[in-house]
Amino acid sequence: MRLKTMTHTLGLGLAMFALWLLLSGHYTPLLLSFGVASCALIVLIAARLDVIDHEAVPLHLSFGYFGYLAWLGKEIAKSNWDVAKIVLDPKLPISPTMVWVPATQRTDVGKVIYANSITLTPGTVSVEIEHDRILVHAITREAAEGLESGDMDRRVDQIEAR
Amino acid sequence: MIALLVEAASWTFLLLGAFLVLVGALGLVRMPDFYTRLHPAGITDSLGADFILTGLVLQAGFSLVTVKLFLIGAFLFFTSPTSTHAIANAALVAGLKPRHAVVPPRPPEKATQDEEAR
Amino acid sequence: MFAATAIALLVAMVLALVRLYAGPSLYDRVLAANSFGTKTVLLIAVMGFLTGRPDFLDIALLYALLNFIGTIAVLKFFRYRSLGDAVEEKAASRNKEASQ
Repeated sequence: MRLKTMTHTLGLGLAMFALWLLLSGHYTPLLLSFGVASCALIVLIAARLDVIDHEAVPLHLSFGYFGYLAWLGKEIAKSNWDVAKIVLDPKLPISPTMVWVPATQRTDVGKVIYANSITLTPGTVSVEIEHDRILVHAITREAAEGLESGDMDRRVDQIEAR
Repeated sequence: MIALLVEAASWTFLLLGAFLVLVGALGLVRMPDFYTRLHPAGITDSLGADFILTGLVLQAGFSLVTVKLFLIGAFLFFTSPTSTHAIANAALVAGLKPRHAVVPPRPPEKATQDEEAR
Repeated sequence: MFAATAIALLVAMVLALVRLYAGPSLYDRVLAANSFGTKTVLLIAVMGFLTGRPDFLDIALLYALLNFIGTIAVLKFFRYRSLGDAVEEKAASRNKEASQ
């Protein structure tokens, strides 16, 4: 337990310093030491707030996430095209639907990934989250049915399981 | 030759992105009620922003600028659905009813069978 | 071409302003403001390239974060009429109301 907290603290510090290096672009000893100091200060504050855990430092999310991102990108492109067609259609062919969609993820992080993915694909927006289901507003009935098939739900389950 | 290809791809991405952002804004004005307006706003946030940033990345070559563009993309990728969800949820909790859809009742859980019978 | 993209973004921002002005509900306005903010981030980035000063990207990065936090703060204020403490109890009672 203690070791895990140490890993998370170290991971947070290293990730922040890497970010600092990428954003700064100045690599003189003085500025580098300022960078180290500011990262250490923030890690200290985070530790005092007691927010360093697996949610703040998701080291356990594996590379399966990237495969999911690629799939999600494809879905986003497809649904973007659908919604763009609807907006540009003079008749505005919408059929707004609201449905409860089951969310079978075990952890909160999994549910957040699922709900964010739903919102990120245009055409469906997650409106409310309860412990095992999500209220979704879809712009067309087809979009709602596509979500109800549970394909995305399963894929999020998979990256969570790894 | 390669440079020309990269240039062409970059312009394509920029113009496609600009087009999608315009479509999203148009949808924001055209849609009939609040909940349907969330969807066109999503076009701007997701693919519109990503295309414009990809176009800029192709222009920038490979440097710290690229990293910053990636970071902007990543922040937008993670924050925009969160804020969209927050707005939608706040509206629902405040009692704003969708004009063109019905809010479905909560599906009965195992514990509350009586609600189904009602 | 950067100019064309910038002009398209500006037109889109004007459209978002139309929605911001027309409302009708409070939440339409928050949505329009949030969308306007996203477009501002993109516009700042594009302007950086247009004027050949990539330093603008730092500002765009900062604005992306501010926009998110600003939206959340406004929504929190709408919901609880307070940005500070004592929100926990109100949130609990509000959730109880909602679930009834």
